Amino acid sequence: MSKQANAQNASMRLVALVPYLWLVIFFLVPFVIVLKISLSQTVLAQPPYVPLFDIAAGWTGLVEFAKQLSADSFRLLSSDPLYLLSYLKSLQIATVSTALLLVIGYPIAYGMARAPRGWQPPLVIAVVLPFWTSFLIRIYAWINILQRDGLLNDVLARLHMIDAPVAWLSSDTAIFIGIVYSYLPFMILPIYAALEKMDETLLEAAADLGCPRWKAFWLVTLPLSLPGVAAGALLCFIPIVGEFVIPDLLGGSETMMIGQTLWTEFFSNRDWPVASAIAVTLLGLLLVPLLFFERLQQRSLEEGR
Amino acid sequence: MRRGVSSFNVISVVLGLVFLYLPITILVIYSFNASRLVTIWGGWSVEWYRELLHDDAILQAASISLRVGVLSASAATVLGTLAAVALTRMGRFRGRLLFSGMAYAPLVIPEVITGLSLLLLFVALGVDRGFWTIVIAHTTLTMCFVTVIVQSRLVNFDRSLEEAAMDLGCPPVKTFLTVTLRLIAPAIAAGWMLAFSLSLDDLVIASFTTGPGATTLPIRIYSEVRLGVKPEINAVCTIMIAFVAIATVTASLIAKSDSARRQRAALGAQV
Amino acid sequence: MAERGEATQNDTDKQPLVRFEAVTKRFGAVAAIETLSLDIAHGEFFALLGPSGCGKTTLLRMLAGFEAPTEGRILLDGEDIVAVQPHRRPVNMMFQNYALFPHLTVEGNIAFGLRQENTTRAEIAERVAEILALVRLQGFSGRRIGELSGGQRQRVALARSLIKRPRVLLLDEPLAALDKKLRAETQFELMELQRRLGTTFVIVTHDQEEAMIVADRIAVMDQGRLKQVATPAEIYEQPNSRWVADFIGEVTIVEGRFSSKSTLDSPLGQFRVAEGSGGRAGDAVWLALRPEKITIGSERPAGELNSVPGTVAEIGYRGDISIYKVRLADRSLMKVALANVNLRGKGGFKTGDLVWLSWLPDAGVVLTG
Repeated sequence: MSKQANAQNASMRLVALVPYLWLVIFFLVPFVIVLKISLSQTVLAQPPYVPLFDIAAGWTGLVEFAKQLSADSFRLLSSDPLYLLSYLKSLQIATVSTALLLVIGYPIAYGMARAPRGWQPPLVIAVVLPFWTSFLIRIYAWINILQRDGLLNDVLARLHMIDAPVAWLSSDTAIFIGIVYSYLPFMILPIYAALEKMDETLLEAAADLGCPRWKAFWLVTLPLSLPGVAAGALLCFIPIVGEFVIPDLLGGSETMMIGQTLWTEFFSNRDWPVASAIAVTLLGLLLVPLLFFERLQQRSLEEGR
Repeated sequence: MRRGVSSFNVISVVLGLVFLYLPITILVIYSFNASRLVTIWGGWSVEWYRELLHDDAILQAASISLRVGVLSASAATVLGTLAAVALTRMGRFRGRLLFSGMAYAPLVIPEVITGLSLLLLFVALGVDRGFWTIVIAHTTLTMCFVTVIVQSRLVNFDRSLEEAAMDLGCPPVKTFLTVTLRLIAPAIAAGWMLAFSLSLDDLVIASFTTGPGATTLPIRIYSEVRLGVKPEINAVCTIMIAFVAIATVTASLIAKSDSARRQRAALGAQV
Repeated sequence: MAERGEATQNDTDKQPLVRFEAVTKRFGAVAAIETLSLDIAHGEFFALLGPSGCGKTTLLRMLAGFEAPTEGRILLDGEDIVAVQPHRRPVNMMFQNYALFPHLTVEGNIAFGLRQENTTRAEIAERVAEILALVRLQGFSGRRIGELSGGQRQRVALARSLIKRPRVLLLDEPLAALDKKLRAETQFELMELQRRLGTTFVIVTHDQEEAMIVADRIAVMDQGRLKQVATPAEIYEQPNSRWVADFIGEVTIVEGRFSSKSTLDSPLGQFRVAEGSGGRAGDAVWLALRPEKITIGSERPAGELNSVPGTVAEIGYRGDISIYKVRLADRSLMKVALANVNLRGKGGFKTGDLVWLSWLPDAGVVLTG
């Protein structure tokens, strides 16, 4: 290899090094810290946990440190049904929401993909634009509509569909509406991208071979769009499990989702070890879907090259 | 995809768009509602905007959010672009799997987890939380979005343009800076805009990593909203929406003329 | 089967400009180029010709510096350039897709190479004007690439690659995107340009007609190896193997065996071949016959001509000539070309006609491989 090619390789490595270091420090290391704190004991102090890791103490310090680690927080999680229910609720809401998103998002993506070429860029922008406006604002907008003296009740009353104002807010229904509303672009765009890439002549071939349109959709279009569906589903499911803002603003005070539980433990109860334990367990739960997601990303990277 | 839309297609797209835009439209309209109550229309008025101008807390929060946004978006754009270049141009290297995993993870990992972990890092390092910790946190979060956008543009980039530049005597590094970057600039700009709006919008991570005197706009709005709907909030939101809408449309117009230019160039080579 | 293509032109005593020395290129387990040695002389218009996948583009890119050989050396004026990066080589390339910079004007594209060299502004302006005149694009310097037609873009790409006065100009299928008429015009323009400038041109093409028209010498390649390196006339009239005879132009190949020094025994009869065709009695050989060298007539010719009877099976009308496919006694087809001398397609033969085909003893080429 020539000297110049080596110099190029070196500068390339530098290019990768900068973001790499940043991510290691601000992404990887924090996770290690979370793990460590989840194994610590709660204490009414600032910071509200022991043990502290004292590098200066050397090897004995390390041993001391290890001895003080405790799985108390994890024991609490498994013993108190509050947490288990919270996890289950999150998984339930995430699964149902993802299904809803799929059912609603797929036809929209399909319609977009079949639109005339000139229409497609404006359609994509139209779908993405709400996402670029504030997430918080959009949830807040729903409060406007769903509250007791809000728009929905008003309209329904005028149409004589209800007698008294319904409590739309503070319910699971409101959570579902909020989630579907916020995550729809995340479901639509990957499916749209997969459908758009599809070779039109495949459908023509199917027709030529005697396949009616609805069947061609089922046998050709749908299977080919599955990578997009998988990407969209994972892109929605994983973050929804840990959602906080939506259930907090739109949901009720019965079982909380796990994001809310974590928030409460941290900010209200000031129990950092328990909050960390919740985070670690949540990550563990999501590990399988996360790996699937990474695998999908890798594959799309490979195909691109 | 075969062109030719059925009525089902049209209906599903239209309904979808209505669903997406209705709440926002309502919000915007009611920011001009003279009456406090959502159910009563009191006529057009800009009273709430006037009140907004006197609300120091919100104005302060807005200023902080804007500054955090600009700083973190810029840092995220630089880091994200570097990461995208590394991922698309370097072959296999040690730690590549870990690198790409870290680069994409923030896209999906629940914000409560990233927020908590960053806060614990700052505490462990003994760093005072405030303005700069939020900037760091937002940079880390939004970096991956920039990476995704820039990377997808780089993958489609016509490498024969780089070869032509080198063939004409331009050294590889200079080629990358003056030719490649110049031509993927719209994607980088789009990445910046996305990072900026994500930062402007973030509540969870900001809440975890903030400190005294560093209340961002979403944190402020959130605390007010918990007490119920306030018309001034509608006004703030409308302003933010207008801001983002104008910026997005501008960005898309730039992107459109850029891709049209590219398409004409590509078509011409086949004529 | 490595064949050294040596410079046969007027510079036989001069060193070749470009020399590939036992070059091998492997992509993983696949060898795209196999121990290839080739010389290209100063001032030549050299063509690399072959079917898709034969390695001609890989060879070109190695000369440009975008690929490096796995083994072997590449010499430019006697110096090994394998270690030299592309931007430092005195070699320029015209890309197949033109690779024009979309964000620069015509002037910006053409002057790009000069700007990398710290040429003065005055000199750049002068040379750009000069080259624009050369490619007949005067007045176009301010235009954007998106506004140009395909033919105009091609000329901008050509101008851009010539302005630095490279030692070798590489052309990667430069005319592939043009329609037939424009292609024919551009071929002559390229030849004239090359003659005027005296620069060595190396062109890669899969169009054999194009290679024959423009090139001084052609290297015919297949599967990473050289098949024959010679002038167009030599390749056409004296192919060195059945593969080359079949690849270039139309040909009929007859199997046979030498019965004496100048006679060939074949399933169609005994034929006389040119003296000194090589080979000994009993050798299995093939006779390659070009269609224009065969005469088609309704009666058996007298005299020393080789002849066979047959029936016209198919006629391919091309306007200037017609190619007759005649079925012979052993069910094989022989191709004969006949100029359509008669007006409005009158005369000539029809399918089903019984005809006699004949040729001179030295009209065919005896091939041993």
